[in-house]
Amino acid sequence: MNYLEFLLMRPEISLLSIFVIIFLFDLMATGRYRRIFHGIVCLLMLAHTYICMTGSAEEITLFGGMYYNNPMLSFMKAMLTCGSILVILQANRWLRSASTYYKQGEFYILMLSTLIGMYFMLSARHFLLLFIGIELASLPLACLVAFDKYRHHSAEAGIKYILSSMFSSAVMLYGISFLYGSCGTLYFSDMATILSGSPIHIFALVMFFAGLGFKISLVPFHLWTADSYQGAPTVVTAYLSVISKGAAVFTLFIVLTKVFANMIVEWQAIIYILTIASITIANLFAIKQHDIKRFMAFSSISQAGYIMLAVINGTAHGMTAMVFYILVYIVANLAVFGVIESIEHQCTDGVKREDFNGFYRSNPRLAFLMTLALFSLAGIPPFAGFFSKFFVFMSAFDAGFMILVFIALINTVISLYYYLLIVKAMFINQNDNPIKPIKCDLFTRISLTFCLLGIVFLGICSFVYINIDKLSF
Amino acid sequence: MLVALWMSRGIKQIRTVMVAGSTLLLALSVYLTIDFIAMRNAGITDAQLYTDSWSWYTPLNICYSIGVDGISVAMLLLSSIIVFTGTFASWNMKPLTKEYFLWYTLLSLGVYGFFISTDLFTMFMFYETALIPMYLLIGVWGSGRKEYSAMKLTLMLMGGSAFLLMGILGIYFGSGATTMNIHEIAQMANIPVNIQYIFFPLTFIGFGVLGALFPFHTWSPDGHASAPTAVSMLHAGVLMKLGGYGCFRIAMYLLPQAANELAWIFIILTTISVVYGALSAISQTDLKYINAYSSVSHCGLVLFALLMMTRTACTGAILQMLSHGLMTALFFALIGMIYGRTHTRDIHKMQGLMKIMPFLAVGYVIAGLANLGLPGFSGFIAEMTIFVGAFSVNDTFHRVVTIIACTSIVITAVYILRVVGKILYGKPENKEHLELTDASWHEKFTVICLIISVAGLGILPMWVSNLINSGVANIISNIQP
Repeated sequence: MNYLEFLLMRPEISLLSIFVIIFLFDLMATGRYRRIFHGIVCLLMLAHTYICMTGSAEEITLFGGMYYNNPMLSFMKAMLTCGSILVILQANRWLRSASTYYKQGEFYILMLSTLIGMYFMLSARHFLLLFIGIELASLPLACLVAFDKYRHHSAEAGIKYILSSMFSSAVMLYGISFLYGSCGTLYFSDMATILSGSPIHIFALVMFFAGLGFKISLVPFHLWTADSYQGAPTVVTAYLSVISKGAAVFTLFIVLTKVFANMIVEWQAIIYILTIASITIANLFAIKQHDIKRFMAFSSISQAGYIMLAVINGTAHGMTAMVFYILVYIVANLAVFGVIESIEHQCTDGVKREDFNGFYRSNPRLAFLMTLALFSLAGIPPFAGFFSKFFVFMSAFDAGFMILVFIALINTVISLYYYLLIVKAMFINQNDNPIKPIKCDLFTRISLTFCLLGIVFLGICSFVYINIDKLSF
Repeated sequence: MLVALWMSRGIKQIRTVMVAGSTLLLALSVYLTIDFIAMRNAGITDAQLYTDSWSWYTPLNICYSIGVDGISVAMLLLSSIIVFTGTFASWNMKPLTKEYFLWYTLLSLGVYGFFISTDLFTMFMFYETALIPMYLLIGVWGSGRKEYSAMKLTLMLMGGSAFLLMGILGIYFGSGATTMNIHEIAQMANIPVNIQYIFFPLTFIGFGVLGALFPFHTWSPDGHASAPTAVSMLHAGVLMKLGGYGCFRIAMYLLPQAANELAWIFIILTTISVVYGALSAISQTDLKYINAYSSVSHCGLVLFALLMMTRTACTGAILQMLSHGLMTALFFALIGMIYGRTHTRDIHKMQGLMKIMPFLAVGYVIAGLANLGLPGFSGFIAEMTIFVGAFSVNDTFHRVVTIIACTSIVITAVYILRVVGKILYGKPENKEHLELTDASWHEKFTVICLIISVAGLGILPMWVSNLINSGVANIISNIQP
């Protein structure tokens, strides 16, 4: 094989080189150079996004079919990268605090290695590579979750995360081993022709699905979510709730359509039940949550349910709806977490819903952004969330699941209720002791601005959606 | 066109911007109306004028397409008048003035967008845009149990729109998933009847929630009672008409067979809302609650008339939308002004206001008389047309329900005259009320504008019915088998 072909894996290679640069910089830089560390990382990541976007315009197959890349996958990778940049931008204040300042470099490195893992998850066309990718994406995340190990139950959250993540990997491996046993191959393309829906295949599908279900945190595999989200540092929670989840959904979609294409009836039935359970149960639990991070955990479970509405379609149309939904979800959710991150240091013992009382009067801009983001999550026009929800419903309806759509729609009303509770706290409730006016640093401000632009314009400007549609399949 | 104007107007907090904006809007609407009539007189008989369409989400056949027919022109005119007067009615809105007008503008944007769009998706989008500002407008600037009412209203209406979205998706995929344009779907008329049976009730209920259809009307009294004056005006005056308009334009126009078959269920429900709303109004003691229940009754009448599916009745329904919009706006404006002075809306605590604030009292009497259908005002024309149209349907069921619905006129007279007698006449007993002032200039301006509109519609109804005639005829011809 020609070594020049390695260059075709441009996204992975450029990310690896950034990884190395950061590692060396972290080793050598001292004193005042460390102060610009954050800026350098952001610039490098931006350059990397550019490489990702301008990358392969054609389809690439490497290593005898193990690695595959096409424009759609490049776009997904770029999306994940952009999300990570937004997260890194928001991390600035937290990384500068005394307890984390000296391990700043570790944070970037751990994060980048999960990102590389996600790239391989997306590009894998062989179960071995897929599994390596998934492990690479989840092990460093456990370190990140436990990053604040002396504060806020962070270590506890880390343990919970790693145990459940190991467990889900084991379950998934068990499923993959059944697949290997019955097919004699691990290549997606060979497997797709052999799988026929016999009981052993169904068993393997269920096991595999359960493994990824943990990552996406669908009900009933969601039990780790709330605790880990609450305990992890806010930045990591943000990363966990959008980027990691997004990558897992993409992978699930790819595997279901590429490998289990013949078993569409079976996996649609699984998704049907899980979607209803996820949306309904998560919504009902979210109402009762007072800690805002736990609340966002349940909200993200129900959002995962909505994403599944697009996955259930399983066609190009569904793929477009899914990618668009995740894109919108990334900006809206990161906006919320950005706001939480910036007020967190004023609240002892975690941010509660009551802490938002009177928030609008003290911090009108942040409150306004938060309102828009929550409206977008709830699916209120003219914000992007409305469009993405509408398209998701449309794709599920198109696949013939009317009752599912109806249940999901009724659930949007419930979700609107709890999102409005926060809006109400910010605008209507009085508070003698509101959060003091906050001055965000430059990085957070940039990140929030991008989120705001995304929330407002992703829906109204249709070209994003149309371009995604052109790339689908 | 109107939308662009609203968008570009920006977020300035000063009143002048608001006044200038709404005046411009009113002027544009009037110009649109005149131009529309001129074009109709010139013999242009297209179903829609000023049509325009930009493809938006091409893969899903979603276009941003707009166009108006007579009905929407009339509705736009109504909205402009109410937004215009509403601006004056909320002249002294105190805390967070800028935000108030921002949400108010967003609400109006939704309303205008809804009336001009001819694409299912766009229409639904504007519909929801109009709903959500209500939460904050009532929650922040309202009075009484505002948080409860705001939440109740928002959730019920969003529940309605969940039904509606199902209906829209059903229509889109039922018609072969090729276009979202309302008129193209209507011309194809290829939605299978069994699909229509499922989605007609969903769509109708979806819009019916906003139009205060009987079992789903409970948001209305609480919402209206708690909302600030201008929002009550806009909400009762225009937003509730979105329901009627949507039922007519989408549910009945696009799903005609099912509409014919299933109409009887909804006729019974609307008859209940007409009579029940009026009866509930009698037993209320809060001015806003009285008016809110009267709105339920009158909006029920709109849906009732639409379901009769005769041309006369539907013309009457549109007239009723216009006339009720103006009347309730007038009512809510006056109630807001009275409340702003007396700080109570309980009718037992106010007497003899005629002596204290003659201008407002006279306005109230006029509004009341218009509401109970005195000839010369708009209410009479509308209700007359509706009942004549409804009675002309030639079977027993329709005639019986028409007679039942007619009783609401009498009941309306009871509660209106009771209130007028109680609070306006007699001796002012509450000493504190003696020092209250009459209307200030901007309040007078609001009231006079609305009274002129109400009287204008009553005296020159032909002018409006000519305007809406072609639009109604077009839709009716599609519905009638």
